[in-house]
Amino acid sequence: MSAAAGVGQQWVLVEMVQAFYEAPAYHLILEGILILWIIRLIFSKTYKLQERSDLTPKEKEELIEEWQPEPLVPPVPKDHPALNYNVVSGPPTHKITVNGKECINFASFNFLGLLDNEKVKSAAQASLKKYGVGTCGPRGFYGTFDVHLELEDRLAKFMRTEEAIIYSYGFATIASAIPAYSKRGDIVFVDEAACFAIQKGLQASRSNIKLFKHNDMADLERLLKEQEIEDQKNPRKARVTRRFIVVEGLYMNTGDVCPLPELIKLKYKYKVRIFLEESLSFGVLGEHGRGITEHFGINIDDIDLISANMENSLASIGGFCCGRSFIIDHQRLSGQGYCFSASLPPLLAAAAIEALNIMEDNPDIFQTLRAKCEHMHKALQGISGLKVVGESFSPALHLQLEDSSGSRENDVKLLKRVVDYCMNSGIALTQARYLEKEEKCLPSPSFLPVCRVFSMGALQDLHEAVWCS
Amino acid sequence: MERPGRAALGAQPRANGCGAAHGALRNGFVRGLPGTQINHVVHNGGLYKRPFNEAFEETPMLVAVLTYVGYGVLTLFGYLRDFMRQWKIEKCQNAIEREEQKDFVPLYQDFENFYTRNLYMRIRDSWNRPICSVPGAKVDMMERVSHDYNWTFTYTGKVIKGIINMGSYNYLGFAQNNGTCQQAAAKVLSQYGAGVCSSRQEMGNLDKHEELEKLVARFLGVESAMAYGMGFATNSMNIPALVGKGCLILSDELNHASLVLGARLSGATIRIFKHNNMQSLEKLLKDAIVHGQPRTRRPWKKILILVEGIYSMEGSIVRLPEVIALKKKYKSYLYLDEAHSIGALGPNGRGVVDYFGLNPEDVDVMMGTFTKSFGAAGGYIGGKKELIDYLRTYSHSAVYATSLSPPVVEQIITSMKCIMGEDGTTFGKECVQQLAENTRYFRRRLKEMGFIIYGNEDSPVVPLMLYMPAKIGAFGREMLKRNIGVVVVGFPATPIIESRARFCLSAAHTKEMLDTALKEINEVGDLLQLKYSRHRLVPLLDRPFDETTYEETED
Repeated sequence: MSAAAGVGQQWVLVEMVQAFYEAPAYHLILEGILILWIIRLIFSKTYKLQERSDLTPKEKEELIEEWQPEPLVPPVPKDHPALNYNVVSGPPTHKITVNGKECINFASFNFLGLLDNEKVKSAAQASLKKYGVGTCGPRGFYGTFDVHLELEDRLAKFMRTEEAIIYSYGFATIASAIPAYSKRGDIVFVDEAACFAIQKGLQASRSNIKLFKHNDMADLERLLKEQEIEDQKNPRKARVTRRFIVVEGLYMNTGDVCPLPELIKLKYKYKVRIFLEESLSFGVLGEHGRGITEHFGINIDDIDLISANMENSLASIGGFCCGRSFIIDHQRLSGQGYCFSASLPPLLAAAAIEALNIMEDNPDIFQTLRAKCEHMHKALQGISGLKVVGESFSPALHLQLEDSSGSRENDVKLLKRVVDYCMNSGIALTQARYLEKEEKCLPSPSFLPVCRVFSMGALQDLHEAVWCS
Repeated sequence: MERPGRAALGAQPRANGCGAAHGALRNGFVRGLPGTQINHVVHNGGLYKRPFNEAFEETPMLVAVLTYVGYGVLTLFGYLRDFMRQWKIEKCQNAIEREEQKDFVPLYQDFENFYTRNLYMRIRDSWNRPICSVPGAKVDMMERVSHDYNWTFTYTGKVIKGIINMGSYNYLGFAQNNGTCQQAAAKVLSQYGAGVCSSRQEMGNLDKHEELEKLVARFLGVESAMAYGMGFATNSMNIPALVGKGCLILSDELNHASLVLGARLSGATIRIFKHNNMQSLEKLLKDAIVHGQPRTRRPWKKILILVEGIYSMEGSIVRLPEVIALKKKYKSYLYLDEAHSIGALGPNGRGVVDYFGLNPEDVDVMMGTFTKSFGAAGGYIGGKKELIDYLRTYSHSAVYATSLSPPVVEQIITSMKCIMGEDGTTFGKECVQQLAENTRYFRRRLKEMGFIIYGNEDSPVVPLMLYMPAKIGAFGREMLKRNIGVVVVGFPATPIIESRARFCLSAAHTKEMLDTALKEINEVGDLLQLKYSRHRLVPLLDRPFDETTYEETED
């Protein structure tokens, strides 16, 4: 039993040597091979996966010499339709001077006509005298002015929500709001006709995007049901995957409204949150201009986030999001366009406050706008060769060609001729502009006559001009 | 704005390269001390016409350890408080989800907000301070108090007047509410209104915009330029228009969020090189061209290098001569974001290209913002005519976003003409020189006091290192008590142990204001033990070259 006694004192060298002699041969050979293998691995060359072949420095120099990059930008043909802008001299109000010719403005999104309102201008002047023009900093670093806080307060009260947050650029509003909540792995159901800003927000969020046909609730329900089946296969993942529906109140690309009551039903049935983009419907729909929630009579707390830009009805610059504090407060630290960008110039915030005042004091302005929209919609119905796309109470309509010639380029050229003819007769119109390669679902070419509050008599001229061309 | 008396401009070498003096030795502020880098004329084959003094002193070991300990203690307390909140021992002040939506998937992960709830909330009063006057050299702030440890704020209604503003980006002092700029903007406002209500390609292109773009092109020395409504959006909307899949973007480690977002949205491959490190950039360029795209080995379509003029968190200036040399050697394109450096660097205020004396045509895409030095809002891109024509047609902003507001455009036009000297006065040039002198003076004095200051000697952005989390809040509050408004930054804008206070100098700061600020900083530095630097600069015994402007006074 010397081995058993030896176990207790294994550290003694003599015992170790004894064990060495007593071990079986195969054991020693195996250990010897393993030790040799370890030594080989330690001293062998490591392989990098990238360089499969070792190039000599001379070959590398040759490769660097030979490589030719593409030019930074491809050349743009001189007659590209988007290259030559119309130059507007003077203010873009009701009567507008385009390229030297005086026209009636049917192209700016100045729905309530507040662009040249004297009260708005004097409020902006007062703010300019007090604060200067720029804010010289983002909201976190001495860029928060009392006008910003006042505007956020007023917007929240107007929309009857808990809190509102302001951005300094309309496009950046929804494009920063979506990635703040929806991250990689989350699911977003979005309408096909969503505007470009929403598409960019979705791209920045890196979430799974599921498109449903425009305003087709059956299609959306089908997608939601499919997702539910997926969830049952993997309940743990489903418990942490957030879901959102992103829709617009009044669609920019088609001029119609989303069926909000059905969406609310789907929201509670499938437990999805709703983000509503109200750039065109804020200040247009609803009895007091509160947008599509007032239009349909829906409780505003049912919508998780409402985002709008102030560049249409409020005739200012910038955008805002409103909703419950639980949701909006998060954007103050994670909305990229809010944290990393300078705040809105105070004179524009003051102009927006004054515009809100006007909206609150004259609620009949919205009836007038709606009446004009209906009138315009009816008047444009009978024109041969063109069909009107959009709801009757939408201030921005699309006029598309009834029979397309098959090629988008030819359609665009034909429409351009129509627009030019109208321009020469004194009506300023514009074609709807898109980035052809970037849009997910490109709408057909059209032009957009925009209805404004003070445009009664001009409608007759518009009708005639378009008829003749 | 009164200026200190100055001697004739003459042939005396001045700060910021104004007035030639080729290779003249600076005052010897940094006389070969360890831990700093000096590139004199002899280095880099004569690419640099003047010394490039940039220093990032290493964090002292004891300070780093104590900072980690500090964060550890805060984290423990954070867990304790969360535990107490969960078990209703402590009242939960967070906003909570609606009752009807309690069974929805939670909108925020609990852990995501751990930092916000437990660390950020405690010192939240250092940020988002509301002001109610023009953001010039002195500013009025609305007083706000919190009775529940920063969860909610109430405004007392009192206004604290005359706070020295070291936080706003007002480099040339154009944030004014009187004077020629403001009057011109007022006139345009009454004529054009505040908004535009249309995008550039539709009906929003005013004659004012065309005038602005021609002026910007002349200012930068490029063929053509285009202006946009928001600086952040300029980057995030135009980089995707320039590069796409199959292209390579080489971006600096510390680039701004807008550049990172634009690069990600473009769909190109992104590779990061170490901050301002030319060897790292060269290695990446070589590897990219020799090995091509990963896996398919196809050659890259184009390579775009993204750098900034001044990095706002570090205060460092890009090594532009070397970047341009590399760009030419490897046939890539350079995108320079001059958000902070336009107007603030260079003898004529034309930015970092002017500062190094280089040719603006070497930079393919010159981007910048109007928010910082021009006191307005918006961004621009300048370059060759083909580039700008392409952007006019394909930029996302031109098609879908509203154009600049007319009074803002007028402010930019007036201030730019002032800087160029075209309004008939030398006011602009004086502002540029005043800023350069303020920068040199302020940085030198802080280094003499013993603080660790990062960045280049000529950059008007001055980061002062704090390191420990508790000192972030303490520094902000103590300075406010002494009527000085500073900006403090911590994680996640900076690495976790390198929190700092950042001063933005302005041409509107007079020497008295700077001296007051320096005195208070000295006091607070002693109080909070912030003087970490081991390379204390020796106060100069020989008289400085600009002695005629600034006397060395006793504090």
